[in-house]
Amino acid sequence: MSKEKFDYFIKGEKGKYEVVIGLEVHAQVLSKSKLFSGSSTKFGADPNNQVSLIDSAFPGMLPVINEECVKQAVRTGLGLSAKINNYSVFDRKNYFYADLPQGYQISQYKNPIVGEGKVLLDMPYGSKEIGIERLHLEQDAGKSIHDMDPSNTYVDLNRSGIALMEIVSKPDLRSPDEVNAYIKKLRSIMRYLGTCDGNMQEGSLRADVNVSVRKEGDTNFGTRCEIKNVNSIKFMQMAIEYEAARQVELIENGKKIDQETRLFDTKKNETRSMRSKEDAHDYRYFPDPDLLPLKLEQKLIDDLKKSLPELPDKKKERFVKEYGLNAYEANVLVSEKEISEYYEEVAKLSDKKLAATWMMGDLFAMLNDRGLDISKSPISAKHFAELVQAIKSGEISGRIAKEVFEIMVESGDNPKKIIESKGMKQQSDPKELEKMINEILSKNKDKVDQYKAGKEKLFGFFVGQVMKLSGGKANPQLTNEILKKLLKG
Amino acid sequence: MADITNQSLNEIIENVKTKKVSSSELTKAYIKNIEGAKKLNAFVTTTFDQALDKSKKFDNKPNFDQLLPGIPLAVKDLFCTENTKTTAGSNILNNFIPSYESTVTKNLWDNGSFLLGKLNCDEFAMGSSNETSYYGNVINPVGDQLVPGGSSGGSSSALAADLTPATIGTDTGGSIRQPASFTGTVGLKPTYGLCSRWGIVAFASSLDQAGPMTKTIKDCAIMLEAMSGFDEKDSTSINKKKEQYSKNLKDNIKGLKIGIPKEYRVDNMPKEVDELWEKGKKILKDLGAQLIDISLPHTKYALPTYYIVAPAEASSNLARYDGVRYGYRSKQGKDLIEMYEKTRSEGFGDEVKRRILIGTYVLSSGYYDAYYLKAQKVRQLIKKDFDDSFKKIDAILTPSTPSSAFKIGEKTNDPVSMYLNDIFTVPVNLAGLPALSMPAGVDNQGHPLGLQLIGKALDEQKILNIGYAFEKNCGFNNEIKKWWS
Repeated sequence: MSKEKFDYFIKGEKGKYEVVIGLEVHAQVLSKSKLFSGSSTKFGADPNNQVSLIDSAFPGMLPVINEECVKQAVRTGLGLSAKINNYSVFDRKNYFYADLPQGYQISQYKNPIVGEGKVLLDMPYGSKEIGIERLHLEQDAGKSIHDMDPSNTYVDLNRSGIALMEIVSKPDLRSPDEVNAYIKKLRSIMRYLGTCDGNMQEGSLRADVNVSVRKEGDTNFGTRCEIKNVNSIKFMQMAIEYEAARQVELIENGKKIDQETRLFDTKKNETRSMRSKEDAHDYRYFPDPDLLPLKLEQKLIDDLKKSLPELPDKKKERFVKEYGLNAYEANVLVSEKEISEYYEEVAKLSDKKLAATWMMGDLFAMLNDRGLDISKSPISAKHFAELVQAIKSGEISGRIAKEVFEIMVESGDNPKKIIESKGMKQQSDPKELEKMINEILSKNKDKVDQYKAGKEKLFGFFVGQVMKLSGGKANPQLTNEILKKLLKG
Repeated sequence: MADITNQSLNEIIENVKTKKVSSSELTKAYIKNIEGAKKLNAFVTTTFDQALDKSKKFDNKPNFDQLLPGIPLAVKDLFCTENTKTTAGSNILNNFIPSYESTVTKNLWDNGSFLLGKLNCDEFAMGSSNETSYYGNVINPVGDQLVPGGSSGGSSSALAADLTPATIGTDTGGSIRQPASFTGTVGLKPTYGLCSRWGIVAFASSLDQAGPMTKTIKDCAIMLEAMSGFDEKDSTSINKKKEQYSKNLKDNIKGLKIGIPKEYRVDNMPKEVDELWEKGKKILKDLGAQLIDISLPHTKYALPTYYIVAPAEASSNLARYDGVRYGYRSKQGKDLIEMYEKTRSEGFGDEVKRRILIGTYVLSSGYYDAYYLKAQKVRQLIKKDFDDSFKKIDAILTPSTPSSAFKIGEKTNDPVSMYLNDIFTVPVNLAGLPALSMPAGVDNQGHPLGLQLIGKALDEQKILNIGYAFEKNCGFNNEIKKWWS
């Protein structure tokens, strides 16, 4: 346990309040075609170009389950250490809307494909387990576009029928930070599994956020409000903060919290009532008679389990053991599958610990500045490993390495070529260094005297002079040693 | 040659194959009949030009190996037909022209036939008299005051009036068998899943099944063979080898055990229906079948169960008719909700609205358990009744309907008495079993009456065989005077 303590509470006049959060995450299944039709799921096509007769609900059209989507849901369930249900049922959720062609969404209500599971979070105050209630498959709706015409609404059905996994957490989250960690972990697991690309800008990952508050120490939950369809972690956090504060204020003023659905207004940073419990839709769920219950053979589940990739928790353990990283380093380096793969490639060819330090420092800073994913890094893992090795072997100093790194970013060249062509190799020949140092000492006799008289701070001055004279290439360790020796004499 | 159109499909096929009649001659003969039978109002749409064109193409390059060589067929307007308007008997699909062909009709065309026109039906197949159609009621050729049954009333009327050599309908609670019974024709509702539902305008998905309507049992076997088959586009389609029903048709039913369910003797059933049932039993017995009294104790719950399950599914299935993407859209309405309300109020008729309301109600929160869930449980019990009985019998014989064709307008103001017409047919749909209605005699007014044979799941061949033997020995002759022409 770290020395940091969990302390996210809302302070009211009458005490501290704990915030209880549960998430319903909608993750778009990574698949070529939709849940019940052969239409493409590719993002960014022209409106209504990826719509089959089934997606647009023409008379007599029937859904046929896409097996790949089922497998993806099972994989995700396994990645969440969840119970996979051999028997699940597709239900119709009935409501009218212009972008819902069937007049119902095919979803899973009473019998979801995946049951209880869990996600582990690494928080500064220790690891925390978040329970998963269930995961079910459902169809996405189309998109209503209200701002193309002053008096008409346009509908784009490209998204209509795309498979979503709704992942429902237990009300185990207690702060915006935990929500951040939870979403990132969920996203990471699904990206490792290849079951969801986790792209929040494209809407592949969205969440409904359930928030309630209770006095610190209370064991009963307060009345919750559901904030619909929030599509970034930052907005989720803002919405939770606003909503928790709103609820605390109501309680402190002796008012009741209504169970209701609310919307988060990102411009005004506030949540607003969308509909109360009384106005809640009656979705009239019933089993879809067009689809038979989904029965999964245990063998299919077992086979999928065997073929799962190494997931972040396991990989983290291995990184600590195999590469001697600390928990923090391992955590950062496994957060994204691509990062972990890059790291492993570098670590195989260079010093494991130094590679981690340099990746998490300069490489991440550069990628961050440029807004690049590691897969788009201008420096290949192989070149990066060569750079790490050049530092480790003493061929170049850390300071020079930063320069080499910059040039690598711009040119894409390998570090060897850069070091050689620019003569950046570190000066590590003791004789040469001694010659240089003697030259400096003889030029600065007064300072040498002062040093000898006890002004030891001047040591730094001499080092600086050596670096200046060598163009920064002097081996710092050797320089220190020789300088000390000569100053003594 | 004599009027070919009053022959059976099988005879017509033989005449085409032996070149006694060409496909074009045949098609022209039916077009003439149809044009002379407008009073019956059996057709919503005719496709004469297209049919003539197809018949000529067939004659130029005939393929006599097909099941339906060069045969023109009219079909119920519930089957989506590519580039031909498909209305489902509703105003809301008044302008709907599908870009696709239903699997069942495609199967027919792939076997050598082609479309003659689309037949009137109750709106969205909801009705037992063909009086709920937006395109007007259909008249039974048996008598100008009589309904042809429903919902496949256009189909039964057209068939009995020689406007098509055979046809297909859909049967959700009796919509093939009851009109067949009312017109002295043969109608078969196959096992649920034997014929694909893809491209058929849905009424109640767990009950809907397409099937043949013909003049004879042999014709029925031919049509079933042509239209049935596994379809991967329908998740409820049964994946099994295609059967050769017509080739395997046999009239030897010696030793078969025929169940007679006591629950099908209902109160106020006309004496003639009872007598007809007795006649049927005797014929089968004389043919060597063994009659066995059975009990299907949950039969009395079938009708209420049906009128929960079917409207529930319909209320959801019909949600797609919202005026947004195709079909009728009201010009009124200042926002989306109002557009929906006006479109659906103007687009749907009373019976459809009634069932949407019932269905919405029984699925509503707070009522679901008491109605829909309970109905599903009862449905299982009804199915179990049949399963238990079929352990000791081969088929079940019952009347098809509690009466012969009733008068136009007689039951339109009394939905429940209309629903009661389905009392013998509905249990079969709930159990997903195959059932055949075959003409067996007439009542004292000379109106045809049918008997129903119910089989085990996928036992179509057996009930066709029993029907075949029965037909040969029943001596029924459908004498319809062509009063309309």
